[in-house]
Amino acid sequence: MIMQTPSSETAQGSWEHFPHEADIGVRGMGMTKETAFEQAGLALTAVITEPTSVAPAQAVSITCEAPDDELLLVDWLNALIYEMATRRMLFSRFSVRLNDHSLHATAWGERIEIIRHQPAVEAKGATYTELSVKQDEQGRWIAQCVVDV
Amino acid sequence: MDLNLLKRRGRDEWHISPRGKMRVPGVIYATEDLIHGMDEKVYEQVTNVATLPGIVKASYAMPDAHWGYGFPIGGVAAFDPDLGGVVSAGGVGFDISCGVRLLRTGLVVEDIQPVKEPLAEALFHRIPAGVGSRGKVHLDRYEMHAMLAGGAKWAVGKGYGMHEDLEFIEERGCMADAKPENVSDYAKKRQQDEMGTLGSGNHYLEVQRVAQVFDAEVGAVFGVREGDVVVSIHCGSRGLGHQIGTEFLKSMVTTAARHHIDLPDRELACAPINSEVGQEYLGAMRAAINCALANRQIITHLVREVFADILPEATLSLLYDVSHNTCRVEEHVIDGVLTRLFVHRKGATRAFGPRHPDLPPSLRTVGQPVLIGGTMGTASYVLVGTEESMALAYGSACHGAGRSMSRHQALRQWHGRDVVKELATRGILIRSPSMRGIAEEAPGAYKDVSEVVDAAGDANLARKVARLEPLVCVKG
Repeated sequence: MIMQTPSSETAQGSWEHFPHEADIGVRGMGMTKETAFEQAGLALTAVITEPTSVAPAQAVSITCEAPDDELLLVDWLNALIYEMATRRMLFSRFSVRLNDHSLHATAWGERIEIIRHQPAVEAKGATYTELSVKQDEQGRWIAQCVVDV
Repeated sequence: MDLNLLKRRGRDEWHISPRGKMRVPGVIYATEDLIHGMDEKVYEQVTNVATLPGIVKASYAMPDAHWGYGFPIGGVAAFDPDLGGVVSAGGVGFDISCGVRLLRTGLVVEDIQPVKEPLAEALFHRIPAGVGSRGKVHLDRYEMHAMLAGGAKWAVGKGYGMHEDLEFIEERGCMADAKPENVSDYAKKRQQDEMGTLGSGNHYLEVQRVAQVFDAEVGAVFGVREGDVVVSIHCGSRGLGHQIGTEFLKSMVTTAARHHIDLPDRELACAPINSEVGQEYLGAMRAAINCALANRQIITHLVREVFADILPEATLSLLYDVSHNTCRVEEHVIDGVLTRLFVHRKGATRAFGPRHPDLPPSLRTVGQPVLIGGTMGTASYVLVGTEESMALAYGSACHGAGRSMSRHQALRQWHGRDVVKELATRGILIRSPSMRGIAEEAPGAYKDVSEVVDAAGDANLARKVARLEPLVCVKG
């Protein structure tokens, strides 16, 4: 569904990619599990294009359920991949709420413009390889897995 | 990979003895150098596959094997349903039936040179490529069902190509026992505007010259001579296959315990062949194979249209079409008995030897064409399946080179525009909607495909017939 872009900022976290021989790993980090999931979403966008080139102009609601956090992360990323593929959109801002093993999220983005976004590669699916959702020694949440591209 | 982990059984054959929960040995076909270059994860994944129920003979890895998810890419394994054998969504992969087809043009390099630029432009504009591109064929619910059941046969019936094409496609262009009703609405929605699209990443369409023929006799049967121009199409089942992989990976993970399957790695998610999930997946996966065959058939038609406009004397006959990511029912001799097996090939090509009944009569004397893709500036190869391969790894061979560096590393090392310019100086025209995509797919980011092909030959999996070099490359 399409909604107005809210003005609130998401909590600050960070994302990075990690190497995999054939594909690419996405990793989101933050002081809450929700932020780590949001940042993993941003890392997914960064596989395809420069996230700062994507205007958070349209909102899409996403809901997932899974028996544990790790499967929920895979479901979340796969839901984003599905929305990107069927709506021909890219996303650059995310708001995630987690409750037990269900996820309610909003992703903001815009339709792909090939010239402007220069999308490098499409994500086919999130995998269970290098999959983990856990806290490090500093209490920071890390959510990661390999994405097939 | 540490050679000390392996036992050498021949010049290019390495064994991993069964230990722990392994039911069969692991077998890797590769040169010493290729083994050195393989990630330790390949060893781990080959041994993990060997623990799966109902696996027969061995868990195999081809010379281009690299770290995948669950199964190694370049992995081959067969399962016997009568021994509790399984089918694995991870053993097929997300890009179900990703593959390569090769068209002869009836032209030589001199015919192409004067029109190379307009040909490159026309192919780039006629064949949708890259992220967000849409195909020209929109499928409604009825046509989607017909396409998933009929594959390339459906496409030919719709006017995309010629009836004689079907003879030179695995499964004669239509995978039997596909169950379109097992394919979710999500997967169908993902595909409805993606028919006739190349995709992105390592997928491409190339106009190539036959740079060298290694086996003139087989080359004559395949209809390729030095100096000929051919067209290669490398793509798969697009969003539909990806979605089927995603959905069944999850359902196999969540039902594994119910089937008493102990998974050493969640990515090995599988289900007994004779279970409800197993049968559902097989029906959906076969529908995805048909989707890939139809996709390559539509692209073939678009290529023919372009050539008809620019080089009307071109004939564009299909040499062969192979798939890389499949699970197929095949009969193989096990302990002297012909046995029905479910053969998984993930990033591996079927490479049946001479006289195999599944081959078209015109190819039966020499064996199956095996098409090995390169990447932009590197060579591609045509090989032929061998008699020995049937006994070595169920008639299988490698499928490509595999990456030698990550996408991130490639981006740091190359700029897309520089890659395009450098290849242009070598007479190779690149067309792509994404310069970043070009940088990530730079030829230097891949292993040496020639070394992989030579290793396949040395191991008797498949024999070299011809080397192809690119003239024009359309990348997604």
